[in-house]
Amino acid sequence: MSDPGDNLRRLTDLYATMARIRAFEETALAAHKAGEIPGPLHVSIGQEAVAAGICINLRIDDRITSNHRGHGHAIAKGAEPKRMMAELYGRASGYCRGKGGSMHIADFSVGMLGANGVVAGGIPIAVGAAQGLKLQKSDAIAVCMFGDGAINRGPFLEGLNWAALFKLPVLFVCEDNGVAAFTRADSVTAGPGVTERAKALGVAAITVDGNNVMAVDGAASEAVAAVRRGEGPHLLHVRTYRITGHTSTDPAAWRPAEEVDEARTRDPIKRLGAVLAERGVAPAELDKIIDAAKAEMASARTQANAAAWPAPGVAFEDVQDTGAVAWSK
Amino acid sequence: MVEVTLIEAARRAALQEMRRDPRVWVLGEDVARGGLWGQYKDFLGEFGAERVVSTPISESTIMGVGLGSALVGMRPIIEMRIFDFVMCAMDELVNQIAKIRYMFGGQAKPAVVVRMPHGMWRNSAAQHSQMLEAWFAHLPGVIVVTPATAEDTAGLLVQAIRSDDPVLFFDPKDLFGVPGNISDPIEPIPFGVARRVAEGDAATVVTWSAAVPVVAKGVEMLAADGIKVDLLDLRTIWPWDQDAVIASVKKTGRLLVVHEAVEVAGFGAEVVARVVDVAGPGALKAAKRLGAPRIPIPFSPALEAEVRVTPEKVVKAVKALIA
Repeated sequence: MSDPGDNLRRLTDLYATMARIRAFEETALAAHKAGEIPGPLHVSIGQEAVAAGICINLRIDDRITSNHRGHGHAIAKGAEPKRMMAELYGRASGYCRGKGGSMHIADFSVGMLGANGVVAGGIPIAVGAAQGLKLQKSDAIAVCMFGDGAINRGPFLEGLNWAALFKLPVLFVCEDNGVAAFTRADSVTAGPGVTERAKALGVAAITVDGNNVMAVDGAASEAVAAVRRGEGPHLLHVRTYRITGHTSTDPAAWRPAEEVDEARTRDPIKRLGAVLAERGVAPAELDKIIDAAKAEMASARTQANAAAWPAPGVAFEDVQDTGAVAWSK
Repeated sequence: MVEVTLIEAARRAALQEMRRDPRVWVLGEDVARGGLWGQYKDFLGEFGAERVVSTPISESTIMGVGLGSALVGMRPIIEMRIFDFVMCAMDELVNQIAKIRYMFGGQAKPAVVVRMPHGMWRNSAAQHSQMLEAWFAHLPGVIVVTPATAEDTAGLLVQAIRSDDPVLFFDPKDLFGVPGNISDPIEPIPFGVARRVAEGDAATVVTWSAAVPVVAKGVEMLAADGIKVDLLDLRTIWPWDQDAVIASVKKTGRLLVVHEAVEVAGFGAEVVARVVDVAGPGALKAAKRLGAPRIPIPFSPALEAEVRVTPEKVVKAVKALIA
């Protein structure tokens, strides 16, 4: 596609995906605050353009790996919010039967190979998925989503070196929200950053405005096509901003309110809404998309809150076939 | 039946399974050159560079790539070269491979075999000699295989490669040259079934991996003194053959567990505790563990000898047990 911005339908789809991710996470935050959702919850409010813009370029048989802030990636790849929400609630109908929670959502049926509680944990897995796909002579690709914090872990270096060496069909996406947990990434990262590190290993890399979904879509479209053509791994450095704290309980008081206010003016959903309005989409149409997303997630919340807990015996299932629990209780 | 060394038995087992199943591939340092131990000799020529992949020295990625390939349907043999190097891949092994099936509610079974040649071998010192198999028996989600003979290595490796569970396969380095008889084709040996090495009713002696021939020698020395014991090679420590051990203990009333690994918090402690739990304290008149002292493995032969379990130590331990 020469210019995805020309395609109004595509832009509307991107808008709807971002709206659904935002609504899912705002709903989950409210439910967490209300005490309905246990455990840690990492949301990606403000970063929705990354998940939406990348995944719209993927086929269902393409695989992604995600990180601890992965709700958006899962929704954009096609996972069902209802089953995701049930998982956040720890219910039997959740994706992982209540055994994973927010940090471990996976949906293998849509190529979502799992969120990951370990920073950079998904990198070798995505590289391995790419190697497996290549062994199978498939033209599916793997996409690896990780944050700015991950580039300081060993698997980043190892994984990029490996992918370049074996010319694997993998797209690395560094979703750079500027903060590694509570620490500004640039205060703990030496050198010129992720793209230069990638290029040093022979991995083609560019930086994209991650709050502009059309830019993300355009860059991803080209990178995905190149990777699928067998041109080896590529990396997209997608710069965005995390509006909320590290977890649902982090008020992020360590940064000035003005900074967040400024970031809100670059909100990817509002920005795309303005573009759509310019192209003649009526405000009521946009409101309809937002309202539909909110209604979908409110319903997911209601259903999850009413869903059955897993039976205690489920705790002993899915461990291993041989030597699992016969006398290990 | 054909007589081959233990490492050749392992090579033939992997070869057979790679011929049988195109999903099986092997990755690790130098594997295309046959592997550090010759365990993949001539694989490259038969299977090509895509299925026999010599990798960078990137242990965490070797482990993680094996896993990733399993998640799209491959069955990797992940070669760690030497057990001690798995420390560089612990996140991928412990947090990822061992957890993924459970954490994702059964959506994926990562069918990986991780091969980790372990134990003391030719004075390799503290970072190339360890036996920490007990760590992994403590880890839910994995099978822990610890063979001691060519026959068992071959049969258990076939079983491991066909297993849908992740299997940690501890090749016994010090026994690689020991010959044994294997069948053609190699039949799988089920996990969790002990092998009786000697029979007697004075005591039950349980061991595995490189300690097996050492203990067997000690048991022969005891027999020469008229003391006959049941000697069981567990072959796999998870699952392990609790029934065989308890049946034997019910006969002998005395239990010695021997391993090359450090005695403190070793798997021997679990065996003894489990026997007490299940058979009741009344079933045991005496129990004892024999393993290495809690020190790193020293280099000098004069010092390494201090760490090793010996037939003489086994004889002494059994005699103390039945005194």
